[in-house]
Amino acid sequence: MAENTIYFDYLNLFWFTVLPYLALFTFFLVTIQRYRGKGFTYSSLSSQFLENKMHFWALVPFHYGVLIVLAGHAFGFLFPGQLLQWNSNLLRLYVLEISGFIGGIFTLVGLINIIVRRLTDARTKMVTTGADWFVIGILVFQIGTGLFTAIFHSWGSSWFASSLAPYLWSIVKFNPAVAYVTPLPIMIKLHIIGAFVVILLFPFTRLVHALVVPNPYLWRKPQVVRWNWDRKKIRTPEFKIHK
Amino acid sequence: MDVRSQISMVFHLDKCIGCHTCSIACKNIWTDRKGTEYMWWNNVETKPGTGFPTKWEDQEKYKGGWEKKNGSINLRSTGKGRVVSNIFHHPHQPSMNDYYEPWTYKYDELFNAPEGNDQPTARPVSMVTGNPMDIEAGPNWDDDLSGSPVYAQNDPNFKNLTAEQKAQLFAIERLVFFYFPRICNHCLNPSCVASCPSGALYKRGEDGIVLIDQENCRGWRSCVAACPYKKTYYNWQTGKSEKCILCFPRIESGQAPACFHSCVGRIRYLGVLLYDADMIEDVANTPDDELVEAHRAMVLDPHDPEVIRGAQSNGLHDHVIEAAQKSPVYKFVKEWGIALPPHIEYRTLPMLFYVPPMLPVMTTMDGDAKKNMNEGLFPDFDKARVPMEFLANLFSAGNTGKLRYALKKQMAVRQYRRAVTVGDIAMEAAKKMLIEADCSIEEAEGIYNLTSLCTFDERFVIPPSNREEAIEMMKDPLEYKQSVGFGLREEPERGA
Repeated sequence: MAENTIYFDYLNLFWFTVLPYLALFTFFLVTIQRYRGKGFTYSSLSSQFLENKMHFWALVPFHYGVLIVLAGHAFGFLFPGQLLQWNSNLLRLYVLEISGFIGGIFTLVGLINIIVRRLTDARTKMVTTGADWFVIGILVFQIGTGLFTAIFHSWGSSWFASSLAPYLWSIVKFNPAVAYVTPLPIMIKLHIIGAFVVILLFPFTRLVHALVVPNPYLWRKPQVVRWNWDRKKIRTPEFKIHK
Repeated sequence: MDVRSQISMVFHLDKCIGCHTCSIACKNIWTDRKGTEYMWWNNVETKPGTGFPTKWEDQEKYKGGWEKKNGSINLRSTGKGRVVSNIFHHPHQPSMNDYYEPWTYKYDELFNAPEGNDQPTARPVSMVTGNPMDIEAGPNWDDDLSGSPVYAQNDPNFKNLTAEQKAQLFAIERLVFFYFPRICNHCLNPSCVASCPSGALYKRGEDGIVLIDQENCRGWRSCVAACPYKKTYYNWQTGKSEKCILCFPRIESGQAPACFHSCVGRIRYLGVLLYDADMIEDVANTPDDELVEAHRAMVLDPHDPEVIRGAQSNGLHDHVIEAAQKSPVYKFVKEWGIALPPHIEYRTLPMLFYVPPMLPVMTTMDGDAKKNMNEGLFPDFDKARVPMEFLANLFSAGNTGKLRYALKKQMAVRQYRRAVTVGDIAMEAAKKMLIEADCSIEEAEGIYNLTSLCTFDERFVIPPSNREEAIEMMKDPLEYKQSVGFGLREEPERGA
């Protein structure tokens, strides 16, 4: 019996302490390294050009769904106190839970359409790699466990704020407190593990395109001109070579 | 005044024979890689026709270019708000079906087919999927009016033509067409650059060539939707967009771009135009019927001492100013006013100009005798087989005045030269025509020379790029002595 407990402790230690740090370390190291060394590979790798109809019903629900779900998770992580306060009113709790769930459904529908599209359209199939299928697989796993959790372990927004947010913060503060997650049901544990696997593999897959979302664009001038050298300086004699 | 230099182009449509040599030259150098097979940075279209990609001029469909609205200009579908909200799926993005699916033939089957009663055939196979396919479209699918009831009928430039004019155009034995070769216009107000979310597109300061930085491109494809001429293309293999680079490695070493160099009809001219960059915004915002004139007004006189001073103080090398003074493009566009910009109503201010074609406008039958002229000296342009409105929709935003001017001058030069060489037209009449066409004898000789007798060096006046100065400013020229020249380059390989 005692041996068993220790065994489980080692398992928990691996999944909820070693894996997260491994994932985060890899994430930062490889994304930066890839950006600097193989920047050319950072692309949305869009296939809309090859197939333009199913693309809408696949990519739009998927991306908006993911954004809603991720925003919910991020909010619970960053502002657990405010979240609990918001949820103290039952109606507001329902609104939050239902919108999160709808986001999840959007993601699932999008993902299913993505799978159908990539399996049925001959052109799109040509640009689908093994890594793409792996990404799709792990995302299906995440959405499956996430939706299961939302249905069978309800009011996740509240218990996320009270037990998962502290766990995640303990990771961030380099003082991992596995005790927050050990009592959780198996589905939630799988969901957490899945999340770290996504983070771990993120830098090796097409997911990196999320990191190059254009932002300076919104503030820049419409036209861009690049000069290969300072044209005014170069024509003045004192800047000529052999100075 | 902000004087800048722009490598500009003129295509003389009267000389184009539609041989597609330019397209092949370009294809063999730049777009024979996987993912680029369908791209034609240079293509030649038959007009009337729907072009490549199909109906590219129909901005109701593709929503490219700029739009004048409430006193300012906005991108039609690729403004900042729209790009963000459409980032996952742009509804006006062309797909491969709007271009064509590239194909090859299984030539080996001609040799390896087992013996049998049938002739072996080479089946077409898709260059994307490798599957056998039926060819349903191609880059010049409606070449020479093939299938004109299906394709040419749908030319977007027919928008304000009467049913009668259209019927006449397609009447048996009155069919008429001309060729319309196209490359990137290297615009002064490019909508592709303005729409790029990653800031990967840019205009080169020194010569105005518009390029896509392959390292920074993230494949959002806004440029593809934004370019009203559909001259940026998405490489589906690398996930990056690509476009005509005006063969800048050739230009930098003093050679004409491949499509220019290989042109059989010698229709292409290339040279520097000096322009005032401060005017871009105002000119792009001019009402439709004044656009051609306003665009022309941006081009500065390279002989004007004030312009030369402005150019020098802006860092332009004397070589560039010299090249601008010799530029054949300046003559066609500014001095003679016979080269017009394509679809200037898209407001990107294209820097590729076209000399409109002298179609079989003139001859009418008067009983048994061919009648070359109407009552006046000039043929009746309004009775031309190709309606003036059609050409005006293409080259002057519907302004037939500008077009008439260009055609009239060309006509007068022809008659004048005919009087000189053949002599069956009275010189008096020819000279009268020249005066009526606002053309001096010197000008007529100039047009004649640059149209008919032009040498390679007259057609392409390429300024030296003076890179030696630039490199010397940044690096010691001997820095790489005894080492490997260019260092390591990254392979353009597709990301996972």
